[in-house]
Amino acid sequence: MPQIVENVLGAAGRKTLSLTKDLHKVAVLINEVFYWTIVSPLRGKPPRVRAAISEMVKTGYDSVLVVVVIAFFVGAILALQSAYQLKKFGAMLYVANLVGVAITRELGPIITAIIIAGRSGSAFAAEIGSMRAQEEVDALLSMGIHPVRFLVVPKLIALMLMQPALTTFFDVVGIFGGFALAVTLLDVNSASYINQTINALQVNDLVTGLVKAWAFSVVITITGAYQGFQVNAGAEEVGRRTTASVVTSIFMVIAFDLFFTALFYYFT
Amino acid sequence: MESAIEVLDLVTYYGERKILKGISFSIPTGMTTVIVGGSGCGKTTTLKHLIGLLRPASGSIHIHGKDIATMDDTSLDEYRKKMGVLFQGAALLNSMTLAENVALPLREHTRLKGSVIDIIVRMKLDLVGLSGFGDFYPAQLSGGMKKRAGIARAMAMDPVILYFDEPSAGLDPVTAAGLDELILRLHQVFKMTVVVVTHELPSIFKIADYVIMLDKGEVAFVGTLDEFKKSDKTIVRTFLERRPEEESYSPDNYFKIITGA
Repeated sequence: MPQIVENVLGAAGRKTLSLTKDLHKVAVLINEVFYWTIVSPLRGKPPRVRAAISEMVKTGYDSVLVVVVIAFFVGAILALQSAYQLKKFGAMLYVANLVGVAITRELGPIITAIIIAGRSGSAFAAEIGSMRAQEEVDALLSMGIHPVRFLVVPKLIALMLMQPALTTFFDVVGIFGGFALAVTLLDVNSASYINQTINALQVNDLVTGLVKAWAFSVVITITGAYQGFQVNAGAEEVGRRTTASVVTSIFMVIAFDLFFTALFYYFT
Repeated sequence: MESAIEVLDLVTYYGERKILKGISFSIPTGMTTVIVGGSGCGKTTTLKHLIGLLRPASGSIHIHGKDIATMDDTSLDEYRKKMGVLFQGAALLNSMTLAENVALPLREHTRLKGSVIDIIVRMKLDLVGLSGFGDFYPAQLSGGMKKRAGIARAMAMDPVILYFDEPSAGLDPVTAAGLDELILRLHQVFKMTVVVVTHELPSIFKIADYVIMLDKGEVAFVGTLDEFKKSDKTIVRTFLERRPEEESYSPDNYFKIITGA
């Protein structure tokens, strides 16, 4: 066999084996997260509620300002961009429809998820990674405390509640951003804009957005935790895994977004 | 001599590399056993097996008659509640105060009231000479104090076996001697089985009742401290007399390696 073919097949084989190993580790982590979040409380081992509340403050409350500011800007930008096309048809009032639907169905969940992946997903990876590097995870195991229950479950519970809440904030402020721009710069009547938004939005739009937000919270937590647990030693690896957690989270969020959007397109 | 721990034909790998090559030894109950050996001989890996952090490729580890190598996770957690471990860097949870660190196993595994846990925590911190430091965070403490706090946490559940991984590592001689004294005192008071992984000769001479020496993943010596001191095995003498090992490469071979010739 020519050397080049052997090299290519060898590289493909090694990559496949490493991918299989990674997939197995992710599957084990998902299984453990599922067990400690849902099954274990039924067997009398409840999650750490205080830690979950503390995580809610860190992931939710502390993110409100950045989410609100970005939401306002995105709403205004969206109103401007849609006006750019709609004014050609004299349909400026439809800015309200476009802003409302685009934000609740798509931009709210996905931009909030990207903010949370960068803010909280990376923090999860860095925290768990540093704990791995300093043997704190081993210490938990040696005390008979499962690190997934102790570290991951409170973060998951917090994010599962906070991500839809932040997305709702984003939706409200984003629509307000579009409204503020439309009534000031585009000379749209404020009452008409509000009526148009109410008529355009359906409960479905809000629900699909919040379902997506909930799914993204699971994706971000699992990705951050997985990358954190992969750290073996050293600050350099913690940094590398933290970056990887953000990149992977954003990629996974967009992939899941496509999946959910297709699902909702056909089934709602 | 009754055995608390019996290791039989323990084999383990890191990837392709064989780290422990079928080691067998017993650790007597109620004594301080020191596992010694040069860097990379497999002593920390052995400790990780004893505390159930690693599963061996083959072999058995019987602790008080039960094989932890084949135990399920639930039974392993039950075993872990009866042991305490001091890690090399103390491994205190940095986000918690000392008191919260010591209270952690009690809060997780018992139904004791908060006020009772507070009393136990104060007792454990007092035991290691850290009274009044309960509200401090690990980052606010010196290396020696962190290790003492680590011991307090390891003692929280009144373990029957206490493990130490390189307790003197990174400490000045005076602090290290103080820590040895503490280990000795705890052993005398609580009469538990103590297992210490170290390569510090002064520590070995001070605290050991029984010595297990590892070399390149194999057991090189097992016996009492006196037998260890009197042993005429080359590997033991080299270790005790701090003689450097012969260079594995001759200058010519080394030159060939670095030039790729």
